[in-house]
Formats: sequence, C-alpha cells, structure tokens
Amino acid sequence: MTEQSSILVTLSASAVRSGTILLFPTLGEIITERSGVINLGIEGMMIIGALFGFITGNLTHSPYIGFLVGMLAGGLTSLIHAFISITLRGNQIVSGLALTIFGLGLTNFFGQDWINKKFTIPVSSIAIPGLSKIPVIGPVLFNQDIFVYFSYILVVFMWFVLFKTRTGIHLRALGENAQAAGAMGVEVNKSRYWWTFFGGLMAGAGGAYLTLVYAPFWLDGITAGRGWIAVALVIFAMWNPLYAVIGAYLFGGIDSVQFQLQASGTTIPSSLLNMQPYLMTFIVVIAATIVLRKRHIGTPRELGIPYSREEK
Amino acid sequence: MTDIVVALRKITKTFPGIKANDGVDFELRKGEIHTLLGENGAGKSTLMNIIDGIYQPDSGEIEINGKKVHIKSPSDAMKNGIGMIHQHFMLVDSLTVLENVLLGLTSAGFYVDKKKVAAKITAISDRYNLGIDPFTKIWQLSVGEQQRVEVIKTLFRGAQILILDEPTAVLAPQEVEETFKIYRQMVQEGKSIIFISHKLNEIMDISDRITVLRKGKAIGTVDKDKTSEKDLAKMMVGREILFRLERGPLNRGEKILQVENVKALNDKGLTALNGITFDIYGGEIFGLAGIAGNGQKILSDVIAGLRKSISGSVYIDGKDLTNANPKEIFEQGLSYVPPDRLKVGLVPNLSSSDNAVLRHYNREPISRNTFINYTEVENYTDHLIKNYDIKVPRKDAPVKFLSGGNMQKLLLAREISEKPKLLVVVHPTRGLDIGAMEFIRTVLLRERDNGVAILLISEDLDEIFMISDRIGVIHDGRILDIVDIEQAKVERIGLLMAGLDEKSTQ
Ligand SMILES: Nc1ncnc2c1ncn2[C@@H]1O[C@H](COP(=O)(O)OP(=O)(O)O)[C@@H](O)[C@H]1O
Ligand SMILES: [Mg+2]
Repeated sequence: MTEQSSILVTLSASAVRSGTILLFPTLGEIITERSGVINLGIEGMMIIGALFGFITGNLTHSPYIGFLVGMLAGGLTSLIHAFISITLRGNQIVSGLALTIFGLGLTNFFGQDWINKKFTIPVSSIAIPGLSKIPVIGPVLFNQDIFVYFSYILVVFMWFVLFKTRTGIHLRALGENAQAAGAMGVEVNKSRYWWTFFGGLMAGAGGAYLTLVYAPFWLDGITAGRGWIAVALVIFAMWNPLYAVIGAYLFGGIDSVQFQLQASGTTIPSSLLNMQPYLMTFIVVIAATIVLRKRHIGTPRELGIPYSREEK
Repeated sequence: MTDIVVALRKITKTFPGIKANDGVDFELRKGEIHTLLGENGAGKSTLMNIIDGIYQPDSGEIEINGKKVHIKSPSDAMKNGIGMIHQHFMLVDSLTVLENVLLGLTSAGFYVDKKKVAAKITAISDRYNLGIDPFTKIWQLSVGEQQRVEVIKTLFRGAQILILDEPTAVLAPQEVEETFKIYRQMVQEGKSIIFISHKLNEIMDISDRITVLRKGKAIGTVDKDKTSEKDLAKMMVGREILFRLERGPLNRGEKILQVENVKALNDKGLTALNGITFDIYGGEIFGLAGIAGNGQKILSDVIAGLRKSISGSVYIDGKDLTNANPKEIFEQGLSYVPPDRLKVGLVPNLSSSDNAVLRHYNREPISRNTFINYTEVENYTDHLIKNYDIKVPRKDAPVKFLSGGNMQKLLLAREISEKPKLLVVVHPTRGLDIGAMEFIRTVLLRERDNGVAILLISEDLDEIFMISDRIGVIHDGRILDIVDIEQAKVERIGLLMAGLDEKSTQ
C-alpha cells in the first residue's frame, strides 16, 4: 500500500468514527419522525447523554456502562418532549428548541468540574476476521470499535423493522395518517411515546460515543451543533436508515478533517471552523430538498401534528 | 336467542356546543341492510363512530348479539365483529393495499409473510369481484378502488357487522350498482350491514329497513316496502319537500357577462378550453351542464381571474376584464362560489365570523382606520346567520366544524350580500342534503328575480333543469349547444354531455 492511500484509509476510518456520532441520533430521529413526532431537541439530548455518559464512565471505569447511562439520559430527556408534544399536544418545534437550550444549560452547570478531564480507558478496535482483510473497505469499516459495530447492526435491524415487519407498518402509518392507524386499532399516542423515547436513546448514544470514545474528553458545548446536522441528515436520508449511513459518514468525514485541523493548530480562524456544522446543516437541507422534490418523496405527512381520536 | 346483532339504547353524545346524538335507539337485525338516513349534521357518523369505538358515548348502552358491551377502541369493535368504512377513508396513501390491511392486525406476527397475506387478500378480492391487487400503493388507486380496499380490510378481519358511512357519495352511478351487488352478496352470506346515505333513490333500492335521524334524534324506523321517497324526505327534513320549485317569469336585463372565444390551459399545460363563447343577461340563470373534467372549473377560474386565458376575452357589464386580477373583477360586480368550499371559498381554521367578513373586512363599517370593529363583525355575522338560517354552534369556532350545508350557506350568504351583478356558482349543492339543496336553489332563484346574472355550473342535471333559464353543454373544452329551458330535452342534453350529438345551431 502506498503512503498516500494509507493516509486516505486512516482518514476514512476516522470519518466512520466521527460519522458514528451523527449516525446514532440520525437513526433515532428517523424513527421518531416516522411516527409523526418531530424532535428538534437532538442537540440537547445528545449533550446530556455526552456528559452523563462521560461522568458515569469515569466513575465506573467502564466505557460500556457509561455508554448505556448516556443513552438512558438522552432517552429520559426525550420524555419531556414526548409529554409536551403528545400528552399536552403542545407545539413540537418550540418544545424541541427548548429541549436543546435546556440540555446545553444543564450540562454547562453539571459539567463544570469535568471540563478538560479525559476519559482514559481506551476502547480498542476489533478486527473482524476475514472482513477486515478486504482491501480499503476492510480497514475502514471492519477494524473499528464495538460501538461502531453496534451502529451497523442497528442500521440493518432498523431497516428490516421499518420495511419488513408489522411494527414497521404501524410506525410508518403513524406519521402518515394517524387517524387511519388509530381506526385500525394502533395505539397512536402510546406508540409515539415509545418512538420518541427511542430517538432520545439514540441521541444519548451519539453524545456518549463522542465523549467516551471519539474525543474522549469533556468540554462545555462539546457537541458543537452536531445535533443540528443530525436533524438535517434525517431529511438527507429521506427517512431511510440505509441512506442515513451515507450522509453520516460524509459529514463525519468533513467533521473529522476539521477536528484534525484544529488539533494540529491551523491558521484558519477557529470561529470560521466553528461555523462549519451550521453551514453543513444549510447545505444538507438545500441539497436534500432539491433531491426530494425530484424524487417526490416527502416528509411523513403528519409530522408534528398531535393526535386525538375524537378530534375532527 | 335473538336475531338482533346490534342494539343501541339511549345513546347520547355531546360535542362542544352541539348534541350530536340525543337518546338514540337503533337495532340491526342479522342479514339485513339497514339504512341510516339523515341530513348532513344529523349525527349519523357520530353514532356509527360510537359503535366502532372511535367515540365514547356520554350515556347509553350498546348490545352486540344480545350481550351488553363496552367498546373502548376500534380494536374492541373488531373483536366484536364490527368493521366500519368511514366517510373519510382510513387508508395510508403511501402504503400498499397489503400494508394497509395489516395495519393494526394483532393476529399477524412480528415478521410479515407478505405472500401468505397477499394470497388471502386476492382470495377475498376474487370472491367479491373487487379487482384489487395487494401490492398497489393506495395513492395509485381511484376513489372507488380505495373504497373496495376498505371493504377488503374489514372482511379480512372477519367482520360480520359492516358499517358503511356514505360509501356512495364518492362513486359514479355505475360504480354504485356494482357496489350494491357486493353488499347484497355479503348479506346473503349472513353478514349484516348498516348503510348510511341521504340519497333517497339509492336507499329505496338497497335497504330492508330505514331509520331516520334528525338533529341527533331517531325519528323512526320504517320498512322499505311501506314507505316512499316522499315520506322519507319528510321524515328527514321535518317538513314537506318541494321537488319542484316555483319560478317567476324571465325578466331579461342587460348583458352582464360576455365570454368570447376563450382558450385556456389546464395545470398540465394541455388545452382545457378550446374557444368558449356565451353571454349571460341580468335576471337569468345560465346552467352549464357537463361531465366533470370537461373544462368547467377552468372556465369559472378564468372568469374569476384565478387563471389566465391564452386568447379570447371576458367582459363583465361592458368592461374588458380579460386576465384582470381577481380584485378588479370583484369590484366590477362578480361574486364567486367555488367548487371547493373548504379550499378556496372559506378559510377552514378561521371562525365563522372571520369568514363572514372576508370580502369586506377592509371596508366601512367593518373596518375603521385600519382597525376591525368586532361589534360590527358580530352584528354582520348574526345578520347572515339569521337571514340564511345557518346553524352555527359557536361563531368563534373554526368554520371547518360546520356541516357542509351550513358552510355552503355561509359562503353563499357572504357572496350574495356583496350585491353582485354576476354570480358564478360551481356545484353549489354537491354533497348537501335535500333540505340545504332546496334552500340554496331557492336563494339562487330569488337572486335571479332580483336581476342578478347567474352562471350555474353543475354536474347535477336535475338541478340544472330545475332552475336554469338557458342550458349550455360543455364537452372537451367547447360549448356544444345552448338551448332555452322550454326547448331543452334531458335525453339530448345527456347525449351532448357525452359528446355524442353536435350542435345544430348556436
Ligand atoms: N369531532 C367532533 N368535534 C366537534 N363536533 C363534531 C365532531 N364530530 C361531529 N361533530 C358535530 O356533530 C354533529 C353531527 O355530525 P355527524 O355525526 O358527522 O353528522 P352526519 O354524519 O349525520 O352528517 C355536527 O354538527 C358536527 O359538526
Ligand atoms: Mg357523516
């Protein structure tokens, strides 16, 4: 292997890891939105997962327990949104934004003692026998840590559930025509609670992966807009878990280049670099909108609309 | 032992501001087609939604096969063998027929064996001659086909009691005949059907018994063989219905509308109007007959300034208003009742009062120095409500909660109180019950006698013959002939509508 191509492989492998931070929340939000609930609080749920995962990891000296607690923290946070938007039938956009602000504030407060602390237990890569020997693809995709493999399994599993099972039919019907689903005996609001919670778990997972494996340290506001990129990636992915992978790794790649640049002390002003996630969000949304319009695939039709059986 | 499969006892259901069902008793026998008849807003759908577990009654009891039951949800209803086909279909457009059938089916496992389910769907489809392919997406199906998918859905779940909420409202006449065949086959197999409609001829065709609902109350149940359309109409409306309307002599005034050789394109860019020419004079009703999609909607939009013509001209009261903007056209004296009252005519989420003043909110006395005078708005709305007998539970509730007839009355009231010279009304009575139909036609005739020029676009030939002074027939973007009402023959107009008879003179 030439030196250039080996650099490319290293970069790609790092793009996958960086993309995994985005992939988890994107997958979660795809499911939440498919069920008809829009949760713009990903950034908030992510950073709560990031901090509490990080703290737990440090206290228990286990990245795995840390990861699980991070997920759970994200999941619990999402229940606030579920309560407001499903039970109270409030405005989901406002509730989601509030969740983001809440998450950033909460972690700012509880994270103070942890700033610049590191998580020192490395999560080692596991080379999958056979697969990791495939040129280029092998080292990029199959010499990764267990969390990355977990995300692969999730992608396939979610695709399967969504398109091959009865649960998936329910899920898709919920976001398209909740009245119809309700009339057919689906418990609309209960299901939406679960799928919103699932979205929260995934956002928490993304955050915990960031602070326990990718960084691995804690900084105030460490998610740095990644939650917003995930929101945009949901559209980019056309609400399909398989496409989410492509988007996540693409933008993960850009993100990881920036990360390396910043680490190596570039001359590009950091404020410019910090703009990057928001710029990315714009680009993704614009690109996705153009593609969607061409292919006539749209948002789940009743996204953001609360359900009540007796409402006209 | 009993042959009563569904019994409702003293069902009452109140919505904010309205008692939709008021102590209703109802019985369905095994193997019968029992029609529930009532005007729009009488409470038919509400009552059926209660049987299906979508709504919970405030009081009253339900018995299924002689046993008292509580139906808390549609899945409860399903367990009791009840399947309902709603007035607004409960189908998910982006899913396939098969996926819609599977929706909410608890007996199917986690993983779906699509082949097996598809085979079962095809079997049902074949048995009743429904012609439905399980792998088609709902949005690719016609309305009639979608309704058959709903039938499949209920049969797939083994429903023995079927509730059909105004299934024929969306069907063409031939489709209605086919659908009735299916219903007859189903009752022969021992199923029982509650059929909802307010079309009297259909009801006399299909029913065994008929229960009439009026303003939330059950008025009575009659055998089909012991009643007539006239009696049913009377029960439904609570008074004698005029199947003929009194019409005064024609007093032709000035020429108000002049349409000359107008051509226009439809949304797909194809020619929809291919040289339309006609005039309407003050004090006459010009009925434009035609089968849907022959250019009627495009024509009314061109006249109202909502669509551009590519050639030809439109004059209103002598002023050239070809491709003028709607405001100019309105100011020249046009009032427009569009075909789609909830999309174009009214703003669904605004209140009845707000909708009532949509045309004059920027004029005295409603508006003074840019501020809206709400006392005036209220007064004005009350005035319309009283004069047009509009049933509005609450003036500040969104107008979408009104029944179709009351929406249409409000819209017509608003447009007519503008004192138009030209009134264009498109399908003014479509989907309305006969009470509201009669009212609206009477109002149109009154305006005619007041000297307004009226363009009535309708697919209902009875309506056209009932109130028009002249009849034009539109086919494929051209007016094939225009005849005076005295010379008009239904058979010939029918042929013209089908494009089979060219005009003799014009
Ligand atoms: N979900 C609802 N919320 C408020 N009002 C309703 C609701 N459903 C029906 N209504 C009102 O109850 C009355 C009866 O309606 P409905 O049962 O739909 O009549 P029908 O089916 O006979 O036309 C109407 O006045 C309607 O506006
Ligand atoms: Mg109804």
